[in-house]
Amino acid sequence: MANNYETMTINMGPQHPSTHGVLQLVLELDGEIVRKATPHIGFLHRGVEKLAEHRTYHQVLPLTDRLDYLAPMHNNLGYVLAVEKLLGLSDEIPERAQVVRVMLAELTRLKSHLVWLACHALDIGAMTVFIYAFREREHIMNIYEKVSGARMTSNYFRVGGLSADLPAGLEQEIRTFVNDMPKHIATYEGLLTGNKIWQKRIQGVGVISGEDAIDLGVTGPSLRGSGVDWDLRRDQPYSGYENYDFEVVVEQGCDTWARYVARLKEMHESCKIIHQALDKLKPGPVLADAPKVVLPPKQDVVNSIEGLIHQFKIITEGFKPEVGEVYVGVENPKGEVGFYLVSDGSARPYRMKIRPASFINLQALPKMCEGSMIADVVAVIGTLDIVLGEIDR
Amino acid sequence: MNDLLITLLLILVKLGLIFGVVLGMAAYLVLAERKILGRMQLRYGPNRVGPGGMIQPMCDVIKLITKEDFIPDRADKWVFLFAPGLTALTALLSFAVVPFAPPLHLFGREIPMVVCDLNVGVLYIFGLSSLAVYGVVLGGWASNSKYSLIGAVRSMAQLISYELALGLALVPVIMTAKSFSLTEIVMSQADWPNLLRHPLAFIIFMIAVAAESKRTPFDMPEAENEIVGGFHTEYSGMRFGLFFVGEYISLIVIGAMTTVFFLGGWHGPFLPPVVWFVMKVLFVAFLFIWARGSMPRPRYDQLMHFGWKVLLPLGLVNVVITGAVLVALNG
Repeated sequence: MANNYETMTINMGPQHPSTHGVLQLVLELDGEIVRKATPHIGFLHRGVEKLAEHRTYHQVLPLTDRLDYLAPMHNNLGYVLAVEKLLGLSDEIPERAQVVRVMLAELTRLKSHLVWLACHALDIGAMTVFIYAFREREHIMNIYEKVSGARMTSNYFRVGGLSADLPAGLEQEIRTFVNDMPKHIATYEGLLTGNKIWQKRIQGVGVISGEDAIDLGVTGPSLRGSGVDWDLRRDQPYSGYENYDFEVVVEQGCDTWARYVARLKEMHESCKIIHQALDKLKPGPVLADAPKVVLPPKQDVVNSIEGLIHQFKIITEGFKPEVGEVYVGVENPKGEVGFYLVSDGSARPYRMKIRPASFINLQALPKMCEGSMIADVVAVIGTLDIVLGEIDR
Repeated sequence: MNDLLITLLLILVKLGLIFGVVLGMAAYLVLAERKILGRMQLRYGPNRVGPGGMIQPMCDVIKLITKEDFIPDRADKWVFLFAPGLTALTALLSFAVVPFAPPLHLFGREIPMVVCDLNVGVLYIFGLSSLAVYGVVLGGWASNSKYSLIGAVRSMAQLISYELALGLALVPVIMTAKSFSLTEIVMSQADWPNLLRHPLAFIIFMIAVAAESKRTPFDMPEAENEIVGGFHTEYSGMRFGLFFVGEYISLIVIGAMTTVFFLGGWHGPFLPPVVWFVMKVLFVAFLFIWARGSMPRPRYDQLMHFGWKVLLPLGLVNVVITGAVLVALNG
């Protein structure tokens, strides 16, 4: 060797408090300075894409909950939209279902950003913020539970609409929560934003230019923090996002601070969208009128022969879209999550390819932390907001 | 002969008392920290064992003692076994020179309320606090683990960066008291505490002492989010417990030092001196717990930067100013 010192190789993870699950980073250290960071993944691989090939379209839905388990509703949404596009059903989704989808998707964004903030702050040592953010997350989980019966794996959206209407009184609860939310965000900001240590820790750390971010395929707030104005909700609207008035938050800083500010502002925008959705919410059906696809209501199954037959056929056989392929991307809290579905005319997808936001965002990690310190690696993992369930699928 | 025996006996009694009180306080400080942090974080903290969780420290100790005392493969065995004790021991020894009340007059004898009133008490405390880092460094080095090694290196760097600032913060105090003895320093604050005389020195002292004690926000050597616990990554059972207790004893030592150097020691109206002393110590401990609940952790290079480029020059300037003022006052 030319130089007379050696680097130290250290395994950060898969058992490590701040690798957000089972990410393994092999760091080559020169003292405390990271010369090379190599992410190793695959510790949580469940073969979701392959599993999907052996399930009917309805049965695939619960698998999508478990991708980005911090934003299950958004994964449901992406998948459901893809199947609807495959079926040519996209225009027949009832208004109420669309609005509820947007509302819950934005609540999910709040939920996911809360976990991001909590973990990001905890990684940098501010542990109180963690519990404060989780208090609000708990509230969203309660709303989840009332909507779908589950706190994490919601499995609530259906091909053609929703699995059930919102329970009575929930709209008021959501409105109260969203009204309070800006106050809570101010609390987190009070604990972090003005704190000199916090500023020093994240300003100028994990810098990635807009061009590099695009080259690496980074999406979501991580991309918008690098000054790139790109948001699928506005640029390729789905579920009626074009009817909402919201701002796409773009920050020019390219560093962890910019991403921090962008996400916090995004939380305010989400609250705005939820308010608008609540105003738009009118009583009406929540399932499309497509008896071959959508499960009939229970009284029809019991009282009419058509209902019974449809129920039987959909449960035992599923529905069969025509041969074709579709791709639908949605703006997950972490970036673009896309579902690419290939149908061979049978009741099961021939191939389902998921474009996970975290997996592709993770590509930027080595670039963002090489030459920085160990402590910055932790900040960068936090700011990329990765979820291993989605990376490993 | 008889006199010597009584003196010896008195010292033993005081030793026993301090030993018991400090260890008990350390144990309950752990509980207090968990409870206070819990309250700050919308949690309850331990509240299952005994009324309000009051027996929790005993349970923790029993748990730690009965756990396996694991020694990693290819660790430097003797150093590994010895290091945690060093940390706890140095922290405990510091108490020997801390005066917690004015001398007591009993049966015509003057009984100083301190184990040993060294005339170089300040230097003694400095020496011990520098030695304390050896426990951490040796423990981290002997563990044969990379994370531990990084933690050890960090704690060494931190000590070097902050020891000087700490010393400089105390120079004005010594200048006004004209003595290195802790009892004399407390005596010199009978009118008003040094906190009001030397506010800048107080701030420097608090920051430096927090950095030296490895408490959050300066817990880089253990930083569980970065280096998984740092120097004590490989320690388990009571040896980990010793590190842990050492940390809390040093928290009490810090409280006592702050009280003695800046908060006027046992001086205070109405209440007996010992009560004032303990209250001040606990108040300082509370400040540190509070800081832990509300501050993120700076980066290790930023910490060094702050120590060398901010605290050290400030400390020097402060010494010069204090000297000038003292000369001007005394003609």
